[in-house]
Amino acid sequence: MPAFIFGRLVSLVLSLLAASIVIFFVLEVVPGDPAAFMLGLNAAPDTVAALRQQLGLDAPLFERYFTWLFGMLQGEFGTSYTYRVPVADLVADRLWISLPLAIYALALSTLIAFPVGILAAARRNSATDVSVMGITQLGVAVPNFWFAMMLVLLFAVTLRWFSAGGFPGWDDPLMALKSLTLPAVALALPQASILARVMRSALLDTLGEDYVRTARAKGLTQRQALWRHALRNALIPVLTIIGLQFSFLLAGAIIIENVFFLPGLGRLVFQGISSRDLIVVKSVVMILVFAVILVTFLVDVTYALVDPRLRRAQR
Amino acid sequence: MTVPAPMVQRDSLLRAALSSRSFTIGAAITLFVALAALLSFVWTPYGFAAQNIPNRLQPPSPEHWLGTDHFGRDMFSMILVGARTSISVALVAVSVGVLIGTPLGLFAAARRGTLLDDIVMRGNDLVFAFPALLIAILITAVFGPGAVNAIIAIGIFNIPVFARLSRGAALSLWQREFILAARVSGKSATRISFEHILPNITNTLIVQATIQFALGILAEAALAYVGLGAQPPIPSWGKMLADAQTMIALAPHVALVPGLAIVITVLGVNLMGDGLRDVFDPRLRRSRT
Repeated sequence: MPAFIFGRLVSLVLSLLAASIVIFFVLEVVPGDPAAFMLGLNAAPDTVAALRQQLGLDAPLFERYFTWLFGMLQGEFGTSYTYRVPVADLVADRLWISLPLAIYALALSTLIAFPVGILAAARRNSATDVSVMGITQLGVAVPNFWFAMMLVLLFAVTLRWFSAGGFPGWDDPLMALKSLTLPAVALALPQASILARVMRSALLDTLGEDYVRTARAKGLTQRQALWRHALRNALIPVLTIIGLQFSFLLAGAIIIENVFFLPGLGRLVFQGISSRDLIVVKSVVMILVFAVILVTFLVDVTYALVDPRLRRAQR
Repeated sequence: MTVPAPMVQRDSLLRAALSSRSFTIGAAITLFVALAALLSFVWTPYGFAAQNIPNRLQPPSPEHWLGTDHFGRDMFSMILVGARTSISVALVAVSVGVLIGTPLGLFAAARRGTLLDDIVMRGNDLVFAFPALLIAILITAVFGPGAVNAIIAIGIFNIPVFARLSRGAALSLWQREFILAARVSGKSATRISFEHILPNITNTLIVQATIQFALGILAEAALAYVGLGAQPPIPSWGKMLADAQTMIALAPHVALVPGLAIVITVLGVNLMGDGLRDVFDPRLRRSRT
């Protein structure tokens, strides 16, 4: 097991390095000089040159890459060109909205999908199963940002139960959670549809296995066999999807933030793009990719814990 | 001598497909949307960019079947042209994924266990770490927003999907006797990959392509919604939703109409994909329905 985790850790570090190289060099080929952009059209050339030097833009490419990389390792992302504050502070502030939103949505999606998927599998071909399959088919087809707008129309504009957007801050955790509820529901429902379908088909697969039949032959009821044997084995594919969904939810959070005017990472990165604040774009993309790679790593390790066979069968 | 056999098979496949309810419904919806997109090339009730401010935010009426938007533009005309944008972006993006990903996957499977296989697969893992939206953000930061850049972003994201799928499917085929026979007869790995492996994984690829096509339509809408997709005046369903956002309380139809267009299209393509999967692999039908 330690050897397995070590191997996965090495590949985690290599992936992160590769990702940082891709992100850095892609953004290096950007046309347009941030220094010239910051100073406007009428800036004198020597002022621009001075600012370039101050921002460290005149250093050689590789030197700048390593400065950026080692800076990040120490939690130092550089200074935003437009906000003139450390990017780390900006990101930390915004992360406190995007990350809780993604986790909230993941929790909702799992809480909805598990019972629904299990119920559909247990009552296969019943009216319940058919309607679950119909509704989830629809749920998969709904764009989450449009669903978010419909939620606003119903719960904020018409019923006035929730505010249509904005974020009051974490000083009052209940209010903060309330303002994240509609965004989280909008993010969660399409994902829950996918997860419920995966749960159902994984469970139907394991219910057909010999060990379930053996358990039934030993006198367990269908329900007992489902809970004790089939469900545990069905969790393996479900776990993969949950891991994958987290990265979708983080990326989705960026879009949903637009619907609800939440000042999260999404807003930060789109402002960064329009104002050529590339150091912000670079850092936010790197952090999101880091989150995705980290979750993949955690899913791999959890896998090995859940299923000892996978520890040996690693590529 | 072998020519008539696939013909017969294809004929019965078509019959099986048409007997699948989800395929028939899905294909009908998809065909309908595709025809709407084609129709927009020759006819729209009004010019899709023709503004008529005094007539803005009108609900659906006999003159404007789906109402008008905040510039008084005819929503029905915009939806027709928007179908064109959606379908073409998603279609090209899927083609990019299939045309680059499949050969990569076949190549990796033919060289399984070697360093080259490892490099291809690690490269795939790396691309997978960037959700399509992040790729789009990077590309937009470099080249600016636009439909072509949206295609590139979604296309890049599709490459590892098809590479992994075709590698996995090809790996199990390489163990089969008919491949062994081809190797014994002296065919090269490349020839075997394209003459024997590829035809046998086509069904799997087609089903995956429909799934990625549906995802592509959703991704295009999302990118256009945040301003990273097709730029005005070219209508796009996602852009229409972005415009509708502040009008939603005044005129709900401006948000309802493009959203429903997306849902119906994606639903149709997904149903068609489900139906195809059942037809290609009847074993799955038992566990799924």
